[in-house]
Amino acid sequence: MNGFRQPSVLPGFGLTLGFTTFFLSAIVLLPLAALILKTASMSWADFVDVVLSPRALASYRLSFGASLVAALINTVFGFIVAWTLVRYDFPGRKILDAMIDMPFALPTAVSGIALTAVFAQNGWIGQYLEPYGIKVAYTWLGVTVALTLIGLPFVVRSVQPSLLEVQRDLEDAAETLGATPFYIFRRIIFPTVLPALASGFTLAFARGIGEYGSVIFIAGNLPMKTEITPLLIVIKLEEFDYNGAAALGFVMLAMSFVMLLSINLVQAWARRQIVAARR
Amino acid sequence: MVGTTAISSAEVSRRPGRRTLSALLIRWTFIGLSLGFLAAVLLAPLAAVFTTALSEGMAAYLRSFADTDTRAAIRLTLLTAAIVVPLNTIFGVCAAWAIAKFEFRGKAFLMTLIDLPFAVSPIISGLVYVLLFGAQGWFGLWLLEHNIEVIFALPGIILATLFVTFPYVARELIPLMEQLGNDEEEAAMTLGASGLMTFVRVTLPKIRWGLIYGVILCNARAMGEFGAVSVVSGHIRGLTTTMPLHIEILYNEYAFVGAFAVASLLTLLAVVTLIVKSLIEWQASRASGN
Repeated sequence: MNGFRQPSVLPGFGLTLGFTTFFLSAIVLLPLAALILKTASMSWADFVDVVLSPRALASYRLSFGASLVAALINTVFGFIVAWTLVRYDFPGRKILDAMIDMPFALPTAVSGIALTAVFAQNGWIGQYLEPYGIKVAYTWLGVTVALTLIGLPFVVRSVQPSLLEVQRDLEDAAETLGATPFYIFRRIIFPTVLPALASGFTLAFARGIGEYGSVIFIAGNLPMKTEITPLLIVIKLEEFDYNGAAALGFVMLAMSFVMLLSINLVQAWARRQIVAARR
Repeated sequence: MVGTTAISSAEVSRRPGRRTLSALLIRWTFIGLSLGFLAAVLLAPLAAVFTTALSEGMAAYLRSFADTDTRAAIRLTLLTAAIVVPLNTIFGVCAAWAIAKFEFRGKAFLMTLIDLPFAVSPIISGLVYVLLFGAQGWFGLWLLEHNIEVIFALPGIILATLFVTFPYVARELIPLMEQLGNDEEEAAMTLGASGLMTFVRVTLPKIRWGLIYGVILCNARAMGEFGAVSVVSGHIRGLTTTMPLHIEILYNEYAFVGAFAVASLLTLLAVVTLIVKSLIEWQASRASGN
């Protein structure tokens, strides 16, 4: 172990690291490698045929588009919710704060059927949108609503701690010097929370692209229209088209890696911003 | 996550400030927008679960649990969680010990790999096992010859659930144990305690709240996982349907009371999970003298 690890009096390094790598390889790494190998065994023409088929392209557009819109909605409302929870005291604040994590704890199938019930034509909210010609359930809007619910805690939980960092005396000083609330927001609050907002946005966006359970109930699942990429993989599997499923899975896996990389970059940037601000 | 997300009421500013009209207007606009948004996307769906489940009365609600397939689904979910949660807890504790207590090369990379299942779509988590163990998968033929069922059977469901809940416990424990440091463990070792005794008597009491939190989150996800399990289960009614999959079947058959009745159980599980989480955070903030 020369140079591999620093000496320590504590025991169990070999055992715990050994078990960790074994379990990690068996459960996560080898299966993922199987997906990559399966895709690699396909011919280039077959691969392109599957991943660039019109149906696949339409599903990427929906998955990306709806995730993007949902992440943007969450950036705006996530900030408002985080601000309300950090800055104001009102009855029920603590319960509301605890409930923000609900989408993390609630099974996706439950949020899926519940959202469909609420936003369907005769649902509590759907019935008020219907007269205006707005259909949510079984359209791309429904997909967006589901992804908004799923992504909300990522933004709120990123922004909350950063709002506590905002220096209140600067706000007060600005106010006494005659700054408008909007000016204070733009020059003092926004720069402080921007890194957290960016990181929450990326997390919510990444989660949205892979989401399945909460979407399929409300989406309607029409090919070319309301079919998300994960669903297309499931359909390929049901047709026993393992190659097609693996190729699309590979594309999604590649997207996840890109998202993971961007999350790390955004968070590294955010940390630098915070360090710079403290100087 | 313990302690970082809880905002205690002391931190909520109660400073008098100027009660100008515009400040009040902004305040109530923000509270109004927040409540409206949360009511639409969070509270309404939760309420819908219970009102739909009880829409035909208490008797119909309770009757839906008498269904043998529903009972089988509940049993399968409990069994899956009973196997998956302990395995991932052991893994999480091992990984946290190796990563938080020692300095070695490639540590950051190892942590990224442990987090991988969070970055991957649940469908991929199921797909990889179908590619390995499915009828046309790498080991498909071998498994068939030896009469071992993995896909469309319990082992597949367990593997897929292990995959999606993989990082939960490790993720809670690693930052916590890094923050607590090694001093007390090192003292125990120099005083002659064995490694296991040091862990049980020194480390475990310090990390128990974080551990419990990681375990309940892991459990909530294990019981509620839909996408990954859906891919490997084969949806054989009464045999390989977990509670979330059974919800889908009932829902697609327009058996709304039954679907939402099962959903209400999982919703209660989520509510209990959040209550335990809040209690643990309260405990943590009290322990840190807040």
